[in-house]
Amino acid sequence: MILVPCVTLGLVGVLSSVGTERIGAQSGAQQGELSTSEAAHHVLNRLGFGPRPGEVERVMKTGVSRWIDLQLQPRRITDAAAELALSRYPDLSRPPAALREMFPRPGVLQRAAGGQLSAADSMALRDQARAGRAFVGQIMSARVAQAVTSERQLQEVMTDFWLNHFTVFVGKNPLMRYCLPAYEREVIRPHTLGKFRDLLGAVAKSPAMLTYLDNAISVADSTRPTLVSREATQRRVQFARRAVRRGAQRPGARVDSATFERLMARRPRGLNENYARELLELHTLGVDGGYTQQDVIEVARALTGWTVRPGRRDDDGFFFNAAAHDAAEKVILGKRFPAGRGEDEGEAVLDLLARHPATARHIAHKLAVRFVSDAPSEALVDQVAEVFRNTEGDLTAVLRSIVTSKEFFSRAAYRSKVKSPFEVVVSAVRALGGTADSTAVTAALVARLGQPIYGHQAPDGWPETGDEWMNTGAILNRINFGLAVASNRIPGARASDWERYGVLRGAQRTEQVDAAIAAFLGGSASSDTREILMSGTNPLLAGGQTDSGAVDVDATVEMSVEGANMPPRRRPGRGAPPERQGSPDSMNVRNRFVPDRTNPLRTPPLGATRPLTGLDLVIGLALGAPEFQRR
Amino acid sequence: MRRRVFMKSGALALVTMGLSPSFLRRSAFAAELRRAPKGKVLVCLFQRGAADALNMVVPHGEAAYYTMRPGIAIPRPKRGDTSTTIDLDGFFGLHPALGAFEPLYRDGILAPIHAVGSPSATRSHFDAQDYLESGTPDLKSTRDGWLNRYLAVSGTCQACDVPASPFRAVSMTSQMPRILDGNAPTVAMASLGDFSVRATGSATERLEGLYRTGSADLVHASGKEMFEALKMLRSADPQRYRAEHGATYPASPFGQRLAEIAQLIKAGLGLEVAFADVGGWDTHVNQGAATGQLATRLRDFSQSIAAFVKDLGPRMDNVLILTMSEFGRMARQNGSGGTDHGHAGAMFAIGSQVSGGRVHGKWPGLAREQLYEGRDLALTTDFRSVFTEVLTRHMGADTTAKVFPGFVSGTPAWELLRGGA
Repeated sequence: MILVPCVTLGLVGVLSSVGTERIGAQSGAQQGELSTSEAAHHVLNRLGFGPRPGEVERVMKTGVSRWIDLQLQPRRITDAAAELALSRYPDLSRPPAALREMFPRPGVLQRAAGGQLSAADSMALRDQARAGRAFVGQIMSARVAQAVTSERQLQEVMTDFWLNHFTVFVGKNPLMRYCLPAYEREVIRPHTLGKFRDLLGAVAKSPAMLTYLDNAISVADSTRPTLVSREATQRRVQFARRAVRRGAQRPGARVDSATFERLMARRPRGLNENYARELLELHTLGVDGGYTQQDVIEVARALTGWTVRPGRRDDDGFFFNAAAHDAAEKVILGKRFPAGRGEDEGEAVLDLLARHPATARHIAHKLAVRFVSDAPSEALVDQVAEVFRNTEGDLTAVLRSIVTSKEFFSRAAYRSKVKSPFEVVVSAVRALGGTADSTAVTAALVARLGQPIYGHQAPDGWPETGDEWMNTGAILNRINFGLAVASNRIPGARASDWERYGVLRGAQRTEQVDAAIAAFLGGSASSDTREILMSGTNPLLAGGQTDSGAVDVDATVEMSVEGANMPPRRRPGRGAPPERQGSPDSMNVRNRFVPDRTNPLRTPPLGATRPLTGLDLVIGLALGAPEFQRR
Repeated sequence: MRRRVFMKSGALALVTMGLSPSFLRRSAFAAELRRAPKGKVLVCLFQRGAADALNMVVPHGEAAYYTMRPGIAIPRPKRGDTSTTIDLDGFFGLHPALGAFEPLYRDGILAPIHAVGSPSATRSHFDAQDYLESGTPDLKSTRDGWLNRYLAVSGTCQACDVPASPFRAVSMTSQMPRILDGNAPTVAMASLGDFSVRATGSATERLEGLYRTGSADLVHASGKEMFEALKMLRSADPQRYRAEHGATYPASPFGQRLAEIAQLIKAGLGLEVAFADVGGWDTHVNQGAATGQLATRLRDFSQSIAAFVKDLGPRMDNVLILTMSEFGRMARQNGSGGTDHGHAGAMFAIGSQVSGGRVHGKWPGLAREQLYEGRDLALTTDFRSVFTEVLTRHMGADTTAKVFPGFVSGTPAWELLRGGA
């Protein structure tokens, strides 16, 4: 066994000659530093979503440090697999306006169709509605597919991290879904390892965030001067009103005067603090970051006018509305912002926040929790925060300081993190060497385990610590997930997809268990877990080589993806997408989005039951084991 | 999030040492657990997102209410007009969407409590929810919830002969809420139907074995608890439940959760504290008035609770429902036809023991100088006063000194509950 002192991990390639180490052996160095195999498992579990078959060996061959180095420069990694996976979702690369036309909401269609619908029209409407729901499924499914397939694993982990830090909720309003592909692709992904200020600015100007936290409808209070004279605005409104009245007389006019008056009445008329507050509390300074309620108000005032161009086909991006911007002086965190700077003022506020020491600490702490442990040392957080400050928030440098730290490679950190539901599902698919599932089933499973993608209502995002994810209900769902995988019910994550499945199926139990521990449990399991995996026989060895002869029923699996396993309302092709969970308010709540199961009591255990035997049972038990819940 | 980690760092330190809170539950605390008088149940329902108290329990006798909310005020009561306030006492009334509460109020088993909440000045949902759930306003370092402390601290309630039940405290949520987080054992589940391992026979036993042994860490402890709870629930047979007394629960998630709490109570599983939450109250935009967004939420809220009361029938003698929200909303409507974050709010207490049929709490008024910071309903009752009264008089706790450390209930001039436990 080759023990590598943590301090040498900074040296490129030093870990490359470790082919002789037996993977899966119980480490004799439980109290000491990580073995090379453990270090390889560790980086694959923390900088990635867990190892694919053979990947631990590949990382060991490359060298752990060199692999980390590569992951920190994702552009140097070719990623054909992820491109192929993503190519199955051509719609997602379209701009929001095009998506709105391709997948109009059923209500819009109905109105367009008018009162009388032929049978064929109704059918077409239904198909359209189905396509619309499938589109939401695609958004979620594509996230899982990329996390599963991408060779740029750290980029995927950071995408997950930042999408959670700057979380938005698909159910916020019916239009949010159209913003999501661009939010992920153009706002989050390009900046995951770039400068924090760039990321913050991109988010601040994104239609998704502007809508989610209501800044798009926040306008200067009527007592404040704006950049456009009020009289001019008033004149324009009156002109438009007259034009509409004249137009309404004509048949086929696009907007009647009643509609216009209603639109005018719904026009925003005041300050909305929602984004400003979460910008300070969650996105930058942190709740103990030393700001006051007055700072929240002043930041909200500075960001008035930061909005979205409403409903135009060609351009629904960021738009600075000078008429809505509070042009008076502000004082934020003790700094004076002179009157009349307009859009630049908001930029200056973001500069101030991005450079603030409290932000450095807040982000450093959150990243350390994600990558190292639920309770990182103050020393580590200090050190990372210092890198953040010294590099003006260079996230690659910040990440490097975390994943090359002694604490990162410490025994205490090793497998100390509890997986999130997203990590449970993605790591299971990866461990099986499964392909990305192009249906929305895998994504729906993530929801079923308690973490619906783009389904967190509150702006604080999903928890990063294990105590929040672990409870009796959670462990139950995870065990059931493992059973569903083992019974081949999950596309893309079938036990039978495992490349070793064919060979192992007829093998001795010991061999099956060793392989399962290596593939799913990070190469080592407690003696108790091993003993339980070992119990029972392989019916294929005992009673011939056919499935039909296997009557040694270890288990009857009732779980079915089509039945109890799926939240019905989120299933593609049935039920509404989760928008009704939200409403056009800000959903500023801490509880998590729970899929709407209108009648969970009567959810029958649908689907054919299949007995779990032999290798399938070993896989089911391994995925249900406590060791699989950690990374 | 850093704040939460900070709060829980004590627990995490134990986890690192291989001693989780769950493990502690089974040793140090188990011996000290006491139970409420047999059969007493407290159901806490959390309106997450800050429900608009002024449009739930409408002060229609206040002229200022109508001037501050020109677009969203609930019209003054008008007999026979179901789009107006339901008058309660000539000054307060219920939102018309809370119609299902009216008979409960008339029967004297429902009491609104107004101008109640957290004394903290925070208008952050997260802080305010934390404070409501920790029961320690403005103290962020508290790591457990007050309901859990009630369960865990010795001597809070009278001894009881019911053996320890994994369903003593149940949260009908997919995650354990902060209010029930802590050393005493608690169970969280999104629904009863979900609570089963989808395997039978020896596979289930083996899965259980995976968690029976090994280290006593967070994951193992959660698994152990789960398998214990599973066995009990199976014996209660939740699949065959039928609501009684002609009760019909709304098909909403909230309605279903209440139906399941009723089931747990009737199954005799030793349920003592139940929790559920319902979102959608953060009405910054277009909240509506007699109809609209808020009305829709209130209808589901009240109909679900009313169905629960009807379903339980005489069992309500032992059950008390308490509703809560992290704070109220601004007295004035905002620029988007909604209301921004405010201060004091309103609660409902429902149960046979409740001194119902009147609105509790001192009314602070809505004149400008009477408003908190010139904008919000002022606070006249600390929510801990209500919690204390419920824990002592309904649940039979001897003292709540350890549940609400440092809190001395001011002057409960009002009697929310009738008689002693």
